[in-house]
Amino acid sequence: MTTPANNLVYERPEAFTETPTHYCPGCTHGVAHRLVAEVLEEMNITDKTIGVAPVGCAVFAYNYFDVDFVEAPHGRAPAMATGVKRVLPDRVVFTYQGDGDLASIGMGEIVHAAARGENLTVIFINNANFGMTGGQMAPTTLPGMKTSSSQNGRDVETQGYPIKVSEMLSTLEGVGYCVRRSLHDPKNIRLAKKAIRTAFETQVRGLGFSMVELLSTCPTNWGMTPVNSLKFVEEHMIPAYPLGDYKISDAIKQIKI
Amino acid sequence: MAAKGWIEVSDTYCKGCELCISACPQDVMELNMSRLTPKGYHPAHTFKDGCTGCAICAVVCPDAAITVYREVTKVNTPVTA
Repeated sequence: MTTPANNLVYERPEAFTETPTHYCPGCTHGVAHRLVAEVLEEMNITDKTIGVAPVGCAVFAYNYFDVDFVEAPHGRAPAMATGVKRVLPDRVVFTYQGDGDLASIGMGEIVHAAARGENLTVIFINNANFGMTGGQMAPTTLPGMKTSSSQNGRDVETQGYPIKVSEMLSTLEGVGYCVRRSLHDPKNIRLAKKAIRTAFETQVRGLGFSMVELLSTCPTNWGMTPVNSLKFVEEHMIPAYPLGDYKISDAIKQIKI
Repeated sequence: MAAKGWIEVSDTYCKGCELCISACPQDVMELNMSRLTPKGYHPAHTFKDGCTGCAICAVVCPDAAITVYREVTKVNTPVTA
């Protein structure tokens, strides 16, 4: 079959390396990676982007993006990104963090990076558990949700309520752009891509801290098929974590993509 | 006439997660149970005609394994007002 260039509709982004990801089949980490890679490619900033990888499932993110990367200690990606951005202010610096990394051990770093209004972009993957270590309860685990460390379901009387990171960070002055999106269907994936693009545009224009929270799946630790875990996101996670724009500063509203 | 397209699924990346199969609006995808990739997964493929090249399978694919093509039936000439 001939494949002339003008027939091409979609191909793997060039901002990806050739390495296959280590993620479980159907994990939407891969979708989030792909969206970031597509946005970096569209904005033509791959040669001046520095990513900061977290600890968690995305710990090997540096193997998959064809951009410069550093690996931060657990939860400290915003602190490390602050240093990188202050030393090299002309670079685009983003962190890619999961909920165990960002909302648990790294809560102090993310809150203070946002409060300082550091000119960073944070991609926050919320899949309601600690994926890499075996699905333990995370700060974002839903009430009643069974995990390997809350086997009768999360009991809010003893284990507390989930932390809604986007809502919390949107109250801080230094935050320019803070939205929550989901990766459970094609429409929401496209909306998520647009949000990631806006977040990077925010940083390029120096308009403050930008974060995109992405509701994600963890089929292996949730004990579901990939398709059923997308339904779980739609039926259980979105009611608990409503999608929406939590803070968009006036200057960012003017950005036309 | 509906647009005609086709896809190529990379054996290197496909993990047989079936997200593309449930997302395909034309229902022309399935896992190829007669083949295994080097990693040991049954890769997705199109099992009948009807692909329109809409690229929704590529949008949901977590591993960027799908390349999408669409047949060009005519050269678009710019409309002048």
